Amino acid sequence: MDVGMPPVLKASDAQLEAISREGGLSLNLNEMRAVQAHFQKIGRDPTDVEIETIAQTWSEHCVHKTFRGRIEYEENGRREQINSLLKTYIFGATERIGRDDCVSVFKDNAGVIRLDDEYGIAFKVETHNHPSAVEPYGGAGTGIGGVIRDILGTGLGAKPILNTDVFCFGPHDMPMQKLPKGVLHPKRVFKGVVAGVRDYGNRMGIPTANGAIFFDERYTANPIVYCGCAGLIPLNRVEKSVQPGDVIMAVGGRTGRDGIHGATFSSAELDETSESLGSVVQIGNPIVEKKMADALLQARDEGLFRCITDCGAGGFSSAVGEMGHSPERRGGAEAHLERAPLKYDGLAPWEIWLSEAQERMVLAVPPENEARLKALLAAEDVEAASLGHFTDTGRLIIKYRGKTVGDLDMEFLHNGLPDIAKRAVWKAPNRRDPVFDEPDNLTETLTALLAMPNIASKEWAVRQYDHEVQGGVVVKPLQGRDHDGPGNACVVQPLLDRPAGVVFANGMNPKYGDIDPYWMAALAIDEALRNVAATGGSRQRTALLDNFSWGNPDKPDRLGSLARAAKGCHDIAVGFGTPFISGKDSLYNEYRDGETGESAAIPGTLLISAVCPIDDVSKTLTMDAKAPGDVVYLVGRTRKELGGSHYYALRGEIGASVPRVRLDEARRSMDAVSQAAAEQQLRSAHDCSEGGLAVALAETAFAGGFGMNIRIPEEAARGMRLDEFLFSESPSRFVVTCSPSQEAEFVKTLKAHGAEAHRLGVVAERPLLVVQDAGGQTRLSADIFALKEAWQRTFKW
Amino acid sequence: MRVKALILRASGINCDVETERAFTAAGADAERVHIRRFLDGDRELDEFRILAIPGGFSYGDDIAAGKALANELVHRMHEPLRRFVEAGKPILGVCNGFQVLVRAGLLPGGELGTQTASLAWNDSGKFECRWTRLKPAPSRSIFTKGIETEIELPVAHAEGKFLTGGDALLDALEANGQVALRYAGEGYPAVPNGSARAIAAVCDPSGVVMGMMPHPERFISRYQHPRWTREPIPEEGAGLTIFRNAVEYAQAL
Repeated sequence: MDVGMPPVLKASDAQLEAISREGGLSLNLNEMRAVQAHFQKIGRDPTDVEIETIAQTWSEHCVHKTFRGRIEYEENGRREQINSLLKTYIFGATERIGRDDCVSVFKDNAGVIRLDDEYGIAFKVETHNHPSAVEPYGGAGTGIGGVIRDILGTGLGAKPILNTDVFCFGPHDMPMQKLPKGVLHPKRVFKGVVAGVRDYGNRMGIPTANGAIFFDERYTANPIVYCGCAGLIPLNRVEKSVQPGDVIMAVGGRTGRDGIHGATFSSAELDETSESLGSVVQIGNPIVEKKMADALLQARDEGLFRCITDCGAGGFSSAVGEMGHSPERRGGAEAHLERAPLKYDGLAPWEIWLSEAQERMVLAVPPENEARLKALLAAEDVEAASLGHFTDTGRLIIKYRGKTVGDLDMEFLHNGLPDIAKRAVWKAPNRRDPVFDEPDNLTETLTALLAMPNIASKEWAVRQYDHEVQGGVVVKPLQGRDHDGPGNACVVQPLLDRPAGVVFANGMNPKYGDIDPYWMAALAIDEALRNVAATGGSRQRTALLDNFSWGNPDKPDRLGSLARAAKGCHDIAVGFGTPFISGKDSLYNEYRDGETGESAAIPGTLLISAVCPIDDVSKTLTMDAKAPGDVVYLVGRTRKELGGSHYYALRGEIGASVPRVRLDEARRSMDAVSQAAAEQQLRSAHDCSEGGLAVALAETAFAGGFGMNIRIPEEAARGMRLDEFLFSESPSRFVVTCSPSQEAEFVKTLKAHGAEAHRLGVVAERPLLVVQDAGGQTRLSADIFALKEAWQRTFKW
Repeated sequence: MRVKALILRASGINCDVETERAFTAAGADAERVHIRRFLDGDRELDEFRILAIPGGFSYGDDIAAGKALANELVHRMHEPLRRFVEAGKPILGVCNGFQVLVRAGLLPGGELGTQTASLAWNDSGKFECRWTRLKPAPSRSIFTKGIETEIELPVAHAEGKFLTGGDALLDALEANGQVALRYAGEGYPAVPNGSARAIAAVCDPSGVVMGMMPHPERFISRYQHPRWTREPIPEEGAGLTIFRNAVEYAQAL
């Protein structure tokens, strides 16, 4: 066999480590030893193709060692052992909730939830962090391209109907001299990432209509790029299987040298040299993917293939290796690499096998359908090549021009990864709430909050995405009189001749994690769910996705906060009855400073995405105030819990009193708003999140083009200072408006659910937001257009 | 018999499904067919009485928006297309389809292969998706018949600034009734791309071929409108008129 690797068989531990490091394998010593032991048993050295295949298959990116492994966890001195974060907390929550409308969970490229009797919705969110740090445009574009292929490769293929995007960047106005070596400026990363998502998503003809952008200095060297995609899938196309004898067919783009070692690259920290690693970032071509998508959905409807998956991290090695692996039977595959269409000559066999060139899918095709499928693909200008066939020999055999270049035991490949145990420690930080006098001028405070990058309008980015294509986005990301208010969520009507729709929302706020990752997770779930409720969906039909981006999990403090967040996910998801149907983690988001040798991590960043099918899109709601005279209510209880709030951040403080989700209260306020929205008792609903009640009132007012006369009732404030009341970020709260004629009905709904709510005032014709304290003293008075201008100015690029 | 409408597909075209739906709602027998079927001789343009070129990014818009598909039409489908035009059958190009018809010369001059206008980069320098208000102009266009007040439709493009070689041609287009729709209001963002004389849609001298940057197929029903939650919006979207006019006209041929 062709051996392009240094010999492993007789290597010392130091040599094994060197082989892994120099080969870019990202395998630790323990894993290298397992490889060595396996090949000692066989009595030969592994080939380059074999060791690369093992490295890809065992990479953090592909196998999620941290989430599946054992963790010795210590929390404030108390120890426990966690056997798999994924099984215990994420999948554990889903199993405990046991909702039968979740038709495919954690087993395919995306989770699937039932829309109606005939269709389901597949939803998946991926990260593309490392590539976007090195090459923002290409990294983000291929990020969205990759997650679209996840949807095309779910079941026998779903039709993409929506893209989502959530980004975290360093400060857009960071002074150049503060920039670490080899790191791109956050503004450049921001612009490049938006352009990448725009050009790929728009060309694919998929609306991008839900997202968020968050700024923190700790993302400067490690930006976070979450790309999501949802698809429509017939329920009778959700299951798939591979049969021995099926043809392995590669479809779509050609294979080139781009994107080699992407999976292992993403399992390492970045440093000042990472910028030069261009070859690990793939080159995207959305038109190739669009053609492939159109053709594959036709082939799906004709029933021409039995199984499909995308070529993502690890390329053919992962796709063929995974499809050939079967827990029920022996599985196996034989692939002939010279049959893969190449972009150019000169690729070594292992490069063909490992390439992460974009726009490729692998299909298992019954031999009798091969000719018909190839004809269908050709008619749509899509290339396809049969690489070999699936077997039941239990071996993964890779050949090149007649020569065997790899012959691996499937059992070892998929189950040979040594058990790992990692140590995790979480200790509550020693923080205190700041003490300061109440400011005299709350108008100024509100104006400053609205201009903060995390709160300010992201219209600059949103407008660059086509959020109207396919004609199904019936609740749009920008809402209100002038189509520029910040929507809570978007609603897609995937089949234009049926009233059924889907609400998509998200929740994320890493600031709370600086105090307690458990409550950060709880608050992210609460935020996603209140966005759903405020739009007319219900938690009873909502499913969640979890996306964890964290630092190096080999460091106990990083892993400790991750474990604590996973616990929060479990408890709160169970409490709300909202299962996780899919998720992904991206670890090693750290940057090592070349001079000091110190490495800094991003703040643990949990994105919760929510998907909620609804029966009738005409019963949905936007966030803008609709008419003068409408009454304004605050639903939910406000507490003095400003830890991690933007109000504290405005003063340069973090504080200690992180908001908590009180499940009983939260369910009551959400269910009341869901029902009131669905029964059309409300004219608008907006969730209170960053910046609290004051920001929610301002946004509701200026999106509607009306003022508001607000007086905070004594019993709502419960003795809190007005600034604390207005800017507290207590969860499970909504600002809603309803017409006076519907007020009685709405109050009945509130009572039926036992939800706390306070009548705050009325929507006014005069464009002034006026807030009085319980004593009737005007404490805030601002022109809504001035507030809007402050909110828009930050990113008016 | 329902009129047969062809929704032309090509690599990168991505508004074909909703365009098909709009024509179906307007009473046509709409079919999406890939251009390869015509180039390979499997299908004939003559089978159809309406041709629609939907929006998207044909061939990635890699040379210039719509250029590659325009070349294909001009050089590889010249004869059937010429017959189609001479028979007076309606042709509608939306967004990328408009760009294709302009680059193919069918708009505004009506001469296949002779380009006289262009759709250039937006003044804002970027792709933008937003709803626009449109003002009908007295024109020959068979598509905008009956539209007498302002309507709203969304645009979503990077290259939508209608330009000609000079004022003379613009004057002539206006004098001939070839300007069908203008963006209402002044300046950005009311005129989202900086089009000459705020032109949003133009037709050929016969009025039977029209191109427009705004997307009528994206406003067929009330719930597609951005303010349906706050204003009384009719059940039927304003975009449907354009498709219905085409179908009625073709029916009478």
